[in-house]
Amino acid sequence: MTSPERIVVVGASLAGLRAAEALRDEGFAGELTLIGDELYAPYDRPPLSKAVLSGRLTTEHTVLPRLRNIDARWLLGTAAAGLDLGERRVLLDGGRQVPFDRLLVATGTRARSWPAEAGGALHGVHTLRTRDDADRLRGELAAGPRRVLVIGAGFTGGEVASVCRDLGLAVTVTQRSGAPLGSALGGVIGRAALRWYHDAEVDLRLNTTVRALEGDGHGRLRRAVLSDGTVLEAEVAVVAAGALANTEWLTGSGLAADPRGLVCDGVCRALAVDGTPVADVFAAGDVARWPHPLYPGQLLRLDHWDNAVAQARTAAHNMVQAPSDHRTHRPLPAFWSNQFGINLKCVGLPALADQVVVTQGSPEGRCFVAAYGRQGRLIAAVAVDSPRVLDGYAALIEAGAPFPPVLNATDGPEDLNPLDATDEPGGRPTTPVPAGRR
Amino acid sequence: MTTDSPPTELRLVVDLNRCQSYGQCVYAAPAVFRFHGEEALEYDYAPDPGRRREVERAAAACPVQAIGLGRATEPAPSAGEGAR
Repeated sequence: MTSPERIVVVGASLAGLRAAEALRDEGFAGELTLIGDELYAPYDRPPLSKAVLSGRLTTEHTVLPRLRNIDARWLLGTAAAGLDLGERRVLLDGGRQVPFDRLLVATGTRARSWPAEAGGALHGVHTLRTRDDADRLRGELAAGPRRVLVIGAGFTGGEVASVCRDLGLAVTVTQRSGAPLGSALGGVIGRAALRWYHDAEVDLRLNTTVRALEGDGHGRLRRAVLSDGTVLEAEVAVVAAGALANTEWLTGSGLAADPRGLVCDGVCRALAVDGTPVADVFAAGDVARWPHPLYPGQLLRLDHWDNAVAQARTAAHNMVQAPSDHRTHRPLPAFWSNQFGINLKCVGLPALADQVVVTQGSPEGRCFVAAYGRQGRLIAAVAVDSPRVLDGYAALIEAGAPFPPVLNATDGPEDLNPLDATDEPGGRPTTPVPAGRR
Repeated sequence: MTTDSPPTELRLVVDLNRCQSYGQCVYAAPAVFRFHGEEALEYDYAPDPGRRREVERAAAACPVQAIGLGRATEPAPSAGEGAR
């Protein structure tokens, strides 16, 4: 492996910026180019669905700090349109080409949009991923619509609905399953979230999808037809139905890329369609799917802030160091959300759990902790308004501690009652485990 | 490539996975950091440069060292060359 003279980073958001900085930290002194399809210098996305939508922060004030000088050429407002692996060049929208010796793919994800044939092109129908998305939606919320429809009660959906209620707007949320946040965090948090939605006076429609969005003669959203036949008047709809990886530009490149992400190995090297690592192409951030040693037997794609930063650093290191010095990307996942006045923090991956148990506090109160197990091992924990307890759980997860965990917490329940993690509200607990016999 | 002189702009980010809502930053720089609800920290990523002293105090006071400050002195990137 010769040392690269030209490194190109495609994607100029959190992962791309931190990777570029890390490349310079690693001593890379060659030509560095960042390509980003948005017009803006890198900014932070988490506040968009919270402080920005609520009007407490303008998008100009979400710009990310640059941690060091990187002496890079920035091609902003420029989308990558293709990749020629043989000739080692990135093809830009408009026909220009950027040659590279080593490439980092950090193109992230985008919000899944609503199909145009079902009303997705109507004015008033939004997704929320970018600065421009946030400015547009903020403008509409500030105008005081009579009702906002939020499609999906995941993290983004909950945050948007929460802001709407803070603004005094009527809001309806549809959710395909039986509880908010259920697919990511399971039934215990789902049950608690039902109360948060209820207390905030959100009109929550569970086990309900949207059949179509309908407009008036001016192409403006007026109503939604729900799966149960209900017609709901709404002037603004926010589609919060998950994300798709930005990999279209890699189509035909020979890389193992699809809407689920770009597959890479444990040291962030992109894989070809035949599963072999491609020399000189790496991936980091939301777009990357890789085998995590903590979660064997599958490929993970994490759209977490923490992961973007950590994977950018690891990829940058591996891009300029000899393979014998490559590091494996194996972070303990961590993420957070603020909604309905509640702070949720998580370590590990609750979505992979088969059991969940409340270990501290009580879901009926404000603050509690839920621990998640898979095949008898602790794999995740979620802290509700208890941000200081998670470090201990993180250490137990990394140590492969048994589930249910033995904590002897003074605020723990008398008996631990592990539940089926996928149980929706209304499910019955499995046999209680007396705390003294663990 | 050197970052010897202090940057003219003031930029910051808080690692909210690391943040444990101790609130020291809110005391040190109340115009920049605030709580929305009991535990949800919000902040301005790009405060007025005149607040540098208090923001640096906030960063130093953070018990979990979750506040990162911009150190670059080169100009911020903008869409110019090559923009659509």
